[in-house]
Amino acid sequence: MGRLNFRFYKLAVSSDRTAEPPSMLKLEHIYKSFEGRTVLSDVSLSIPQGATHALIGSSGSGKTTLLRLTLGLIPFDRGYVKINDQALLSFTPTEWADRIGYVPQDGGLFPHISGRQNVALVPGLRNWPADRIASRVEELRALVDLDPAILERFPHEMSGGQKQRVAIMRAAMMNPPVMLLDEPMAALDPLIRSSLQQELKSIFQRLGKTVLLVTHDLGEAVFLADCITLLHEGRVIQTGSYRELLLQPADPFVSLFINAQRTLPDLGAVA
Amino acid sequence: MKLRVSRILCLVALLCALAGRTAHGSEAIVVGSKIFTEGYVLGELAAQAIEASSPPVPVTRKLGMGSTGILFQSLTTGAIDVYADYTGTLTEAIIKNPELKSQEQIQAALLKLGLVMSNPLGFNNTYALAVREQFAHDNDLRTMSDLVRLKSTLRAAFSYEFMDRADGYPGLASKYHLELSPKNVNRMEHSLTYQAIDQNAVDVIDVYSTDAKIRKFNLRVLKDDLDYFPVYQAVWVARKAFVDRYPAQWQALRNLEGTVDESTMLDMNAKADIQKKSLTQIAAEFRGARARVSDSLASRLVHRTVEHLWLVAISLLFSIVIGVPLGIAAVRFHAAGQAILLLSAMIQTVPSLALLCFLIPLFGVGTKPALVALCLYSLLPVVLNTFTGIRSIDPRHLENARAFGLTRRQILFRIVLPLASPMLLAGVKTATIVSIGTATLAALVGAGGYGAPIVSGLSLNDVPTILTGAIPAALMAWIAHGAFEVLGKVLIPAGLQVRT
Repeated sequence: MGRLNFRFYKLAVSSDRTAEPPSMLKLEHIYKSFEGRTVLSDVSLSIPQGATHALIGSSGSGKTTLLRLTLGLIPFDRGYVKINDQALLSFTPTEWADRIGYVPQDGGLFPHISGRQNVALVPGLRNWPADRIASRVEELRALVDLDPAILERFPHEMSGGQKQRVAIMRAAMMNPPVMLLDEPMAALDPLIRSSLQQELKSIFQRLGKTVLLVTHDLGEAVFLADCITLLHEGRVIQTGSYRELLLQPADPFVSLFINAQRTLPDLGAVA
Repeated sequence: MKLRVSRILCLVALLCALAGRTAHGSEAIVVGSKIFTEGYVLGELAAQAIEASSPPVPVTRKLGMGSTGILFQSLTTGAIDVYADYTGTLTEAIIKNPELKSQEQIQAALLKLGLVMSNPLGFNNTYALAVREQFAHDNDLRTMSDLVRLKSTLRAAFSYEFMDRADGYPGLASKYHLELSPKNVNRMEHSLTYQAIDQNAVDVIDVYSTDAKIRKFNLRVLKDDLDYFPVYQAVWVARKAFVDRYPAQWQALRNLEGTVDESTMLDMNAKADIQKKSLTQIAAEFRGARARVSDSLASRLVHRTVEHLWLVAISLLFSIVIGVPLGIAAVRFHAAGQAILLLSAMIQTVPSLALLCFLIPLFGVGTKPALVALCLYSLLPVVLNTFTGIRSIDPRHLENARAFGLTRRQILFRIVLPLASPMLLAGVKTATIVSIGTATLAALVGAGGYGAPIVSGLSLNDVPTILTGAIPAALMAWIAHGAFEVLGKVLIPAGLQVRT
């Protein structure tokens, strides 16, 4: 897989002759409308290899639609979704799914099977031998620092944080270059939230994946992501670091959105 | 995918073969009968006469199948070979020409339908009206004309057949000017009308003139002073093909012509109804032969249990094989889904007797129509619960499964069906328990099972016999309930088990 990544890397460099680092996940000029109503209009974003990017916006901003079309669940009218410069449409749904590890809101574990079975579901369907699955599960379990006994539990027997970790393991099983997380903290209570936030950050670092985080919580976005894209009414209002959003708002809405957050992270913590 | 389809087809073909196994086994003469005591006695009499004839031919008894309509259909489709009926019934219900009076005319008319009628057996079992002896005495009733005086208050219980036949109540009401108030006329299963009159719930019922219950319940038969009721001479009715193929056996039946007079018949009926003798013994006594040793209750019970289980299991298998895909289709295709649900609900509203009647021309008598009927009745709970079970799944799980790259088939088998399984299993459980009850009606078309003693017990007014069918059926339902608890533990994924 390492070698394969390298090859993709070279491909990306050759096709994109800019000074920017090569982008692993790219959305280019996406347009999407439902029944004549425009939901997304000219949305572009580009996440370099290994970076964590937050897509932020209030409900109705179009971020859920963007998430679903990035996953290949719904078609869109115009534009491209690319991983390693290869467009979504050139893959089968299964091939695409193996390139984006998806962590749904609240973990989205299937309730009828145990944590381990959830994690092993997709590789099992891809006919991985049992020992390969077992060693990959063990590798990821150690990486997300989960008690082995938890894996044998059913989702309804796990805490919110445990579910989240199992869901990350499941998403990482096929070793996809990109991970996509939907509101990873939304369902957690504030205390667990801050400790898991810390851990999530180090898990991302250890995984070394390109991460797209979809959230409505600015604090979370600032803490976890290198770069933030603010989406409003289907358009990208601004993409940049928290510092840029705070000090050089591209639109009055940016300041409005930032000021509307309940607790403002101070600049020192972001560094 | 192709492989799977052909595998399913193989399974269906196998099931069909299994289902057909008991319907037409070997070359045997099939004797049918109407569903009241005299029908049973005459049916057994015919069966024994054929069994005693030479060359020997095996006989299958399909006794107590229903009324004239069902038997006539069974004869024409070849599901039975011979049964006993009455000349009056034949002209009214089958030839539909009551003007035919002579035996030769009736025989000629029947021959056009491919049927052969014997000469009369010797007794006339006509319709009659009967009242309680005490009621007759109090109101000085001797003839049917005497009833007209009581017309405004008279309460009647008439059998379905009597109510619907031109020579039954409708004609009688106009001939005798005996139009009773509709609220005073109860349509009932014939064998239950005796209970009704005995308990003074009604004043007058229709009876057959050789019915032993007339004696048992101490009823007075009113004289048909206007000669309204046609003559009902008992005769054998057989398929022409049977008569041609088995002349010796037909002759054996014809040897009984003129040998059964009214008192002999009434006597045999009384042995069945009042003395509770077995049919085998009554017929054997008439023929002067020794009764065949009849099976013990235990061995009959085992036999019926096997038949009943077979009916329930096979029909259930079919309804699952058909119902689950229909339920899935109902979720996937919205408009067709509503049609599927509506149709399976409509099937449920067809009365079981009517459904069996429709199925006889298509499937004959015996196990096949019973299996089809049971399967159709089990369909609704299976389809509906599959549909509801799938619809109640959180749609986010389905979307997540797609995002993980699962194919439609994988989503169906790994996610949808497991998540819907508690609901689905509950539907199959309902279908099973309903089937165990409904399968008792299968005896009406000669499919056996626990319904056999219930149907014959009902028509012979014999409660202990009814109970030998009803109690095991209830017990089987109870066991099925327990079995599904265990099955749930095995089939429902552990994550969905209700913790206790």
